[in-house]
Amino acid sequence: MTTETLVANELDIRGVGKRYASTQAAGGTLQVLQNIDLHIPSGQFVSIVGASGCGKSTLLRLVLGLDAEYEGQILLDGEPIAGTGRERGIVFQDHRLFPWLTVAQNIAVGLRNAPFTEGQKRELVAEHVALVGLEGFERSYPHQISGGMAQRVAIARGLVNRPRVLLLDEPFGALDALTRSRLQGELQRIWQKEKITMLLVTHDVEEAVFLGDQVVVMQPHPGRIRRTVRVGLPHPRNRSDPAFIRLRDDVLGDFLDPSERGPSEVLPAAPVPAIFPVPGRPLQLAW
Amino acid sequence: MARSVDAAELAAVAPLTAQGSRRWRGLVLPAAAVALWWFTSTLDLVNSALLVSPVQVLDTAWEMISTGRLWRALSASLARELTGFFIGTASGLVLGALLGLWPRFNRMVGPSFNTFKQISLFAWIPLISVWFGLGDVAKVVFLSLAALVPVVVNTAGGIRGTPANLLEVARVYGYTRWQTVTQVVLPSAIPSIFTGVYLALIYSWLATIGAEYLLVSGRGVGNLLIEGSEHFQMDLVIFGMVAIGVVGWLMNASARVLERHIFKGRTI
Repeated sequence: MTTETLVANELDIRGVGKRYASTQAAGGTLQVLQNIDLHIPSGQFVSIVGASGCGKSTLLRLVLGLDAEYEGQILLDGEPIAGTGRERGIVFQDHRLFPWLTVAQNIAVGLRNAPFTEGQKRELVAEHVALVGLEGFERSYPHQISGGMAQRVAIARGLVNRPRVLLLDEPFGALDALTRSRLQGELQRIWQKEKITMLLVTHDVEEAVFLGDQVVVMQPHPGRIRRTVRVGLPHPRNRSDPAFIRLRDDVLGDFLDPSERGPSEVLPAAPVPAIFPVPGRPLQLAW
Repeated sequence: MARSVDAAELAAVAPLTAQGSRRWRGLVLPAAAVALWWFTSTLDLVNSALLVSPVQVLDTAWEMISTGRLWRALSASLARELTGFFIGTASGLVLGALLGLWPRFNRMVGPSFNTFKQISLFAWIPLISVWFGLGDVAKVVFLSLAALVPVVVNTAGGIRGTPANLLEVARVYGYTRWQTVTQVVLPSAIPSIFTGVYLALIYSWLATIGAEYLLVSGRGVGNLLIEGSEHFQMDLVIFGMVAIGVVGWLMNASARVLERHIFKGRTI
């Protein structure tokens, strides 16, 4: 972990802020993100944890390139990001598979505009079907497989065109507890095997600590970084390891102990809705 | 493994056989109605010119089928129906796609179309009969109108109903506009488009009978009905109604079979 300063930062988020116009907020704008600084070295797993409405999913949308209106800079390998790109993959909370395509065809969606030959694409798809353990289900349709399997397909689709960074937006939030913990283990295995940078957004503290090299704790109104916790435990991790439990409880304390909270969180100064309405624009928020 | 398959199979098979054995229940009401009809007609309680016996209807049916009159009427009606259906559906698909895919076109044409579709279909008859006469052209124009509206509404609605989160997936993977339309918007809209075409088929069949009844000229199943009622041949009227119903049922059933074939493996 000490060598990470020597490696170039893969993803650099510098002073990023995001405002929405809102008639309900003071001054007509709602500050969703304020002054976010995050430096993610190559190959690291960074978890962002926060309550609903802290802007963590908004931050992911900015990194993904779905929204270009923000303050500050987002750099990938020193280059500012422009729109969406193959070097940034994504796994959404809702798997977002196309219901009319089979598992293999859905994974191939990630390769539609990738510069590979048809043969290479077929190989990549087969390889990623195997990576997420779905051999034998290549020709199944999304409604024929379970939610956990659908999310595996989504992970394979996110990885199939070999992105440098994989963004994960509460990928296991909609799954039952057993499936969730199994897929967390799977994701850890995949991360170790593929050695790519991963940025996970979650509201599950245990998940954040279990998977992350760093855990970034965010707080709302406006969305900002409260603190960053380094998780120095070796992978794969053990949930019953006392050191793991101590770290998890430490982070959990940020959300549970009212005496530690800032006054603005106990009693918000202005009434701020949990979901930010954007007049004149359809609501397309993902948290 | 084997045990779980057995259980699943049992669960799947049990309700199926139960369903099969209960299917006859749907036939109880029609059978009772026919029995009652036959019984009343034999009692001679009602004027026999108004209520003919089922036997007489069967006789007429045999005569109509064996002399080929039914086929001549039916083929004339179906030829009109299909011509109108194809013209209406084809133009409906184009108009619906334009309304759904092109916001500026929708702003210009959408309000006019929404007003246009409020006009009852049969209110077009006077205008159509003045402009196109009473012949096949007028009927086909009328049928095309009947088929057009449901296709436009369902095509445009299906296209606009493409889930925003799937469109976002297309953006993430750098789909071009053409790729997005052909590989996301259209597949997602297909069930709705199919519903529109299916409705068009049913509407245009209903409108065929209406057209033959209101734009009286030529041969068709609707004309059989008119002939029957003018000559007080209730057997012909009842037979004509049954024939119309059977054709409608066949269209419905074939559309369902086609739908199952197209959408097998899909939830929608």
